[in-house]
Amino acid sequence: MTIPWPVPAALALGFFLLGLLGLLTRKNLVFVLMSIEIMLNAAGLLFITAGMRWGNPDGQIMLIFVFNLAGAELALGLVLLLRLRNRLATLDGDAANLLRDTP
Amino acid sequence: MNALFYTAGGLALLTTVLAITRSNPVHALLYFVVSLLFMAVIFFTLGAPFGAGLEVIVYAGAIMVLFVFVTMMLALDRLALRRERDWIARPIWIAPIILVLLLAAELARPLLHGSRQAFHIVTPQAVGIRLFTGDLAAVELASMLLLAGLVAAFHLGRRQ
Repeated sequence: MTIPWPVPAALALGFFLLGLLGLLTRKNLVFVLMSIEIMLNAAGLLFITAGMRWGNPDGQIMLIFVFNLAGAELALGLVLLLRLRNRLATLDGDAANLLRDTP
Repeated sequence: MNALFYTAGGLALLTTVLAITRSNPVHALLYFVVSLLFMAVIFFTLGAPFGAGLEVIVYAGAIMVLFVFVTMMLALDRLALRRERDWIARPIWIAPIILVLLLAAELARPLLHGSRQAFHIVTPQAVGIRLFTGDLAAVELASMLLLAGLVAAFHLGRRQ
């Protein structure tokens, strides 16, 4: 059961790039938030891979902090999403491009 | 164990691709939850059982369920779904795909070098001992981050 470490590292790279692709292409803010989660998860996989490579618990500790960050970020993102929907009745990220109150 | 890793890795990539190309947000989120469960299998096969458990309990179980509930609260109608489908169909994917492939070529180069055989299992005990002896300051910082997130979510979520 020896998996060479470049394989999971390449997998993490693939997840990160898929998240980046979603972030660049989608306009719906739900998908933007989900793409950010995919990218954070890819970072977590890379930490786990490094922990496996050197037999160090720091990889899993960093994974805990990544989850912590993802939870805080997602809670704020979802609250902002609800506010946007209540105010503009849309989830289009491009709709919120005015820095003033809409009547 | 190797077959398990490669199967889970391929299926996780597949479900992630499905997640970012769906037009219905709830379908996409459920695909992403499946992808996270496969990611937990990957963590387990990489010798990180504690990380695998956290991935299922905290990420797929708590964070993503919150996400799915809020998305269901948004009450999307058919018009919004059709508009979303039109947004996906437009040829906006070309330039991002080229950019991402260039970035992949740049970042994949260091993976091709270095020694390949190294596999260590990190037990939950080792994680706990390191976390609560050496990294106490980081734990405090994480709790402050969560508190800040809580206060900000409460402030933004108030009714005006």
